[in-house]
Amino acid sequence: MDQVVFRKPKLLNDTPMHYCPGCTHGIVHRLIAEALEELGEYDNVIGIAPVGCAVFAYNYFRCDMYEAAHGRAPSVATGVKRACEDSTVFVYQGDGDLASIGMAEIVHAATRGENFTVIFINNGIYGMTGGQMAPTTLPGQKTTTSQQGRDPKEHGNPIKVCELLSTLTGPAYIARTTVTDVKSVRATREAIKRGFTMQKQKRGFSLIEILSTCPTNFHLSPLDSMKYIDEVAVKAYPLGVYKDIGLIGEEKKQ
Amino acid sequence: MKKLWKGNEAVAEAAVAAGCRCFFGYPITPQNEIPEYMSWRLKEVGGHFVQAESEVSAINMVYGAGGAGVRAMTSSSGPGISLKQEGISYIAGAEIPCVIADMMRAGPGLGGIQPSQSDYLQAVKGGGHGDYKVFVYAPASVQEAADLTFKAFDIADKYRNPVMVLGDGMLGQMMEPAEIPAAIDPATLPVKKWAACGHNGGKQRVLSSILMNPDDLEEHNRKLTRKYEQMAKEETAYEHYRTEDADIVLVAYGIVARICKAAVDMLRQAGIKAGLFRPITLFPFPYGQLVKLADGGVNKFISVELSCGQLIEDVKLGLYDSKNRPEVGIYARVGGNVMKPEDVADYVRKGKVSSSWIK
Ligand SMILES: Cc1ncc(C[n+]2csc(CCOP(=O)(O)OP(=O)(O)O)c2C)c(N)n1
Ligand code: SF4
Repeated sequence: MDQVVFRKPKLLNDTPMHYCPGCTHGIVHRLIAEALEELGEYDNVIGIAPVGCAVFAYNYFRCDMYEAAHGRAPSVATGVKRACEDSTVFVYQGDGDLASIGMAEIVHAATRGENFTVIFINNGIYGMTGGQMAPTTLPGQKTTTSQQGRDPKEHGNPIKVCELLSTLTGPAYIARTTVTDVKSVRATREAIKRGFTMQKQKRGFSLIEILSTCPTNFHLSPLDSMKYIDEVAVKAYPLGVYKDIGLIGEEKKQ
Repeated sequence: MKKLWKGNEAVAEAAVAAGCRCFFGYPITPQNEIPEYMSWRLKEVGGHFVQAESEVSAINMVYGAGGAGVRAMTSSSGPGISLKQEGISYIAGAEIPCVIADMMRAGPGLGGIQPSQSDYLQAVKGGGHGDYKVFVYAPASVQEAADLTFKAFDIADKYRNPVMVLGDGMLGQMMEPAEIPAAIDPATLPVKKWAACGHNGGKQRVLSSILMNPDDLEEHNRKLTRKYEQMAKEETAYEHYRTEDADIVLVAYGIVARICKAAVDMLRQAGIKAGLFRPITLFPFPYGQLVKLADGGVNKFISVELSCGQLIEDVKLGLYDSKNRPEVGIYARVGGNVMKPEDVADYVRKGKVSSSWIK
């Protein structure tokens, strides 16, 4: 008898995504849905979409969704979480959204220890608006507003979000991952699951930063974009767990 | 039972009575008593207060809580209201009910902390980007501040639209006897089926203001405009004071209207047929009433305001539809200064009709 070994997670709609070929936004959407499904979360999930390429995330996720103003998703989630304390809330943000215009909102949500999970897509560039410099663009990286490559003397230096937020007391779990191969995809799903579990246990703020690709604006093929993440991006943004206060019922970590 | 209430605290308690259970604020004078009061009061009724990191954040918290169906509120004054405009536009676009109190102070820029009406145009003409309107109530006493704040939550829910209670530093700070409307239990309010609050039984609800297809966005704007037109038809509120036989009508709202009432009495004693017209809703503005007054023979309208010629724009706009062409002038004090009734009466007695507040 035939057996289903692979299907869409229940929280994803069966609809084509608008993301460019090789873009990792789609992979991460899937991992969020899978992680929630593994935790048995279906009809009491609320997502907050950003301004950025993921602005239409509500077309893909089946849960209740809000479309927030640019950078304000953590504040919207703060309000949602006050109103719906028992819902599982995730915030989805790009690096321009989170680390530039929304820096105040994310830092303060983190330091308040808001009990929701942030999925942070760091592709080092402004995807939606056409490849401008992001706060996370690497030194030397060419963008449409740093055409000779980012020069820290002229453009300042990239911001490291996990490092920064892990200095705060509020966060329960902060990790940085990639989705460039099977192993890292699995690790990212586990990290996202851990973030949601922190939330379910009311441990506080969790954030999973995923080093992501934007082949269109990297001007690289999808494969070369993955290579770029594995060979270049991870050097500036080391992978790993930056903060973990441990889950209830678990041996204390570290 | 009547009690002595400070304006700001009456607004806060009236909101609680109306079932407001989430408040998000940021300190700014002269509205600080509202977040201060909410910080302890909401806990008593099982609600939530968050002191946000900015007004930008506070209004977006309102977006979230209001979107989840809870009666939610924020308050501020000039500089903070400017910061909220982005969020208010998104809230209006996504059709989320909420209440915003603006206790106006004098501007521009940091300006001062004394009473003013300099946020009039920002409040009634949209304020942020895009075509949208905020429903605006302008209370003139502490009692009315309480009553209209209470009502604001019903209007917000009825139209799924932001409602502003537009007061000023004086109204917020002064104490008067007032009775807070009887408290309702928010659990008894009708269920908001559109609210994105989880437990959706597999039926997704989306709160968003993005519509990339021009036809869809035009239709959305049509729907919003229909709503604003319905507000104008059903909710416009105003007060006439001694206008029945008046030749000259002062137009003023909020605290200035109280000053003008005294001025009208003085003028009447001196044999001048003066009256006062007070809009209680600033959007929708009671244009039709001005037309009636002008058609009925009022030949002079004086906009009395704590702003450099903002209210007068709506007075003139209203009178455009009259078959008569009455004179329209302005008497204003700004910067935190407030006129006395004698000042207004003197101005009228001199028979002046200034087109500019500095002339
Ligand atoms: C207030 C405001 N400023 C600017 C924009 C334009 N804008 C849309 S998306 C975007 C950048 C998104 O970049 P990022 O967050 O990195 O997400 P990505 O598109 O790369 O996924 C900008 C600046 C906006 N919508 N609102
Ligand atoms: S522009 Fe970049 S981030 Fe946006 S969908 Fe395309 S590849 Fe992805």
